[in-house]
Amino acid sequence: MNILSKIVIPLFVIFVIFYGFYKKVNIYDAFLEGAKEGLIITFNIFPSIIAMVFAINIFLDSNFVPEVLGLFKNFFNLVHIPLEIMPMALLRPISGTASLAIMNDIFITSGPDSYIGRLASVLQGCTDTTIYVLALYFSSIGIKKTRYALPVGLFADLIGITVAFLITSLLF
Amino acid sequence: MVSYIWFFLIGIGIIYSFLTGNLNAVNDSILTNGTKALELVMSILPIIVLWTGIMKIAEESGLLKKFASVVEPFLSKLFPDIPKGNAALGFIASNIAANMLGLGSAATPFGLKAMSELQKINPKKDTASRPMITFLVLNTAGVTLVPTTVLALRIAHGSANPSEIIMPGIIATFCSSLGGLLLDYIIRKKGSKL
Repeated sequence: MNILSKIVIPLFVIFVIFYGFYKKVNIYDAFLEGAKEGLIITFNIFPSIIAMVFAINIFLDSNFVPEVLGLFKNFFNLVHIPLEIMPMALLRPISGTASLAIMNDIFITSGPDSYIGRLASVLQGCTDTTIYVLALYFSSIGIKKTRYALPVGLFADLIGITVAFLITSLLF
Repeated sequence: MVSYIWFFLIGIGIIYSFLTGNLNAVNDSILTNGTKALELVMSILPIIVLWTGIMKIAEESGLLKKFASVVEPFLSKLFPDIPKGNAALGFIASNIAANMLGLGSAATPFGLKAMSELQKINPKKDTASRPMITFLVLNTAGVTLVPTTVLALRIAHGSANPSEIIMPGIIATFCSSLGGLLLDYIIRKKGSKL
């Protein structure tokens, strides 16, 4: 598993570059053009990151999570779920930036190689922001009645999050 | 939706700290937040830029198209309601392919085109059709082979092995997509008149 994880990126990079070279693409210029786009993307998400880091930190620093959610601590202990991950798991389907901000906070307090740090990493990578994607795609073509789209999307998220919990506690 | 969440987080945070007399912590938090946000952006910026650069090569060399054409036959089984040869399927394949490779920004335009193609064959224009829902379930499960932002943050915070979360992530996404598609399939079969 570990070796597989390590090999994905280098293999992928060499394959992409090799294929580009083989197809006689000007790979260096293409890279620069793409990198420029990446820069624009990052600057475009900057305001929402500021907004979310602001809100998330007020929420986390108020100690609401350990003190109020802490009342259910026994239950969370029973199922081996760290309390601090709950806000992230709940916010993941709604806002990618919000869960990113929480993950950042978890990395600062517990480090990326702690159990909760790994859990947060798997969680962030394993699903997309369902509610945002649904809103964007449906509103682009004027769909008002979304029928069973949201429940099925959230059900998929629930499975993803559950498997993320299971697999992290199994592997690490 | 996000407005509510934002309001909820800030509201609860400030009111709760008022009630518990913990206002100092929140005050500090508001004043030092900006730096945290900047550090966060700075740590994900290099990898995003690097990765979009690499992926631009994949796009221009036609690798993305090729990848999409590999996925397409599997997809047509998932979308029995899309007529053969309809452009929607190609866009869906490109969207999934781009998402898989961590090219979120390239994926969205394909996704929007797929939706407008699906809308053309949708009998009720204000109601989501079955293929639309299947597509969105597949899309929101977000099968990603390389989670660039997560990797960048792990590196920035000094992880000894930043990429160790890739395989567990892939397994989790896979299960999530499978579960979503299964439920979608069951609903389609049971309530075919819906």
